[in-house]
Amino acid sequence: MSQATGQQHPIGVYLKVWFLLFVLSALSYMVDYYQVQGYLRWTLIIIFMFLKAGFIISIFMHLKWERYAVKLVLLLPPVAILLLLALMAIEADYILLSRISYFAAD
Amino acid sequence: MTTQSSPDAPLNQTQWQMVVADWSADKQAFDMPWGKIMMWIFLLSDTFIFGVFLIGYMNVRMSTADSWPIPSEVFALSLGGDPIPLILIAIMTFILISSSGTMAMAVNYAYRGNRKMTFYLMLVTAIFGASFVGMQVFEWTKLIVDQGVRPWGNPMGAAQFGACFFMITGFHGVHVSAGVILLLIYANKVRRGDYEGKNYDAVEIVGLYWHFVDLVWVFIFALFYLW
Repeated sequence: MSQATGQQHPIGVYLKVWFLLFVLSALSYMVDYYQVQGYLRWTLIIIFMFLKAGFIISIFMHLKWERYAVKLVLLLPPVAILLLLALMAIEADYILLSRISYFAAD
Repeated sequence: MTTQSSPDAPLNQTQWQMVVADWSADKQAFDMPWGKIMMWIFLLSDTFIFGVFLIGYMNVRMSTADSWPIPSEVFALSLGGDPIPLILIAIMTFILISSSGTMAMAVNYAYRGNRKMTFYLMLVTAIFGASFVGMQVFEWTKLIVDQGVRPWGNPMGAAQFGACFFMITGFHGVHVSAGVILLLIYANKVRRGDYEGKNYDAVEIVGLYWHFVDLVWVFIFALFYLW
């Protein structure tokens, strides 16, 4: 079992990331609390979301210290989700337009 | 262990050369315990499940001609005075992040061979997780009993709201509950000393699952509650 030495990082790294996640969560909550609206709201939400997700994956889940082959296996396939996202957004747009033109009239 | 290349590999390999070496070296491609890579693959498949749920939610929210209920108001809660928007959800978010923090430290102490600290930190993580589920039960009860939200309709607006909410948060809640059970089982194994003198990979693997649960919540919080 000598290969399973695991990863050694100082505890401070986790405390720092924990603190950062707290701050980022507080900031995203503030977006709602102060009723920031429109594109600024969506941009801020997305930025804070990806920052938090990035810290969790890279530091807490140790992906930052894994080999490149592992990173590729885990980060490449989700690109397909983005494709589905784009397709479904186009489709939803179309459905909404059909609903407005066929059902909202009467 | 992580960033070094195998002994027979040339020095100064590029990242891509390392990938090629890993895949073509006539040995296991991923230099990690099998349980860990299996957990990663499971989490990747789970990513697709939650991804599809959230995309389904986006699709119905974009395509409905009715107005979407405003989450900020639907999930407001009065703590004595005026209702505070999303306060319970914010508290749940902080609790789940804290549980992720304690879990990360549990993994760290496990690799240092500190059995006692590992056990206690895993226990704290499980307690945080259980309290998260408890708050979710409270939130669901309030929504169903007081606000009349059903999977097929609600008094506030678009009928699809309930279906998305119960489906997404319900599935996430099941993940958290399963995680709490998993944590308690493995915390007990650590306490008993099952891994003493062997390795603590199991703690890291449970940790990966737990962080993923936290990760999914980040997306649900942003895309469902804040959007």
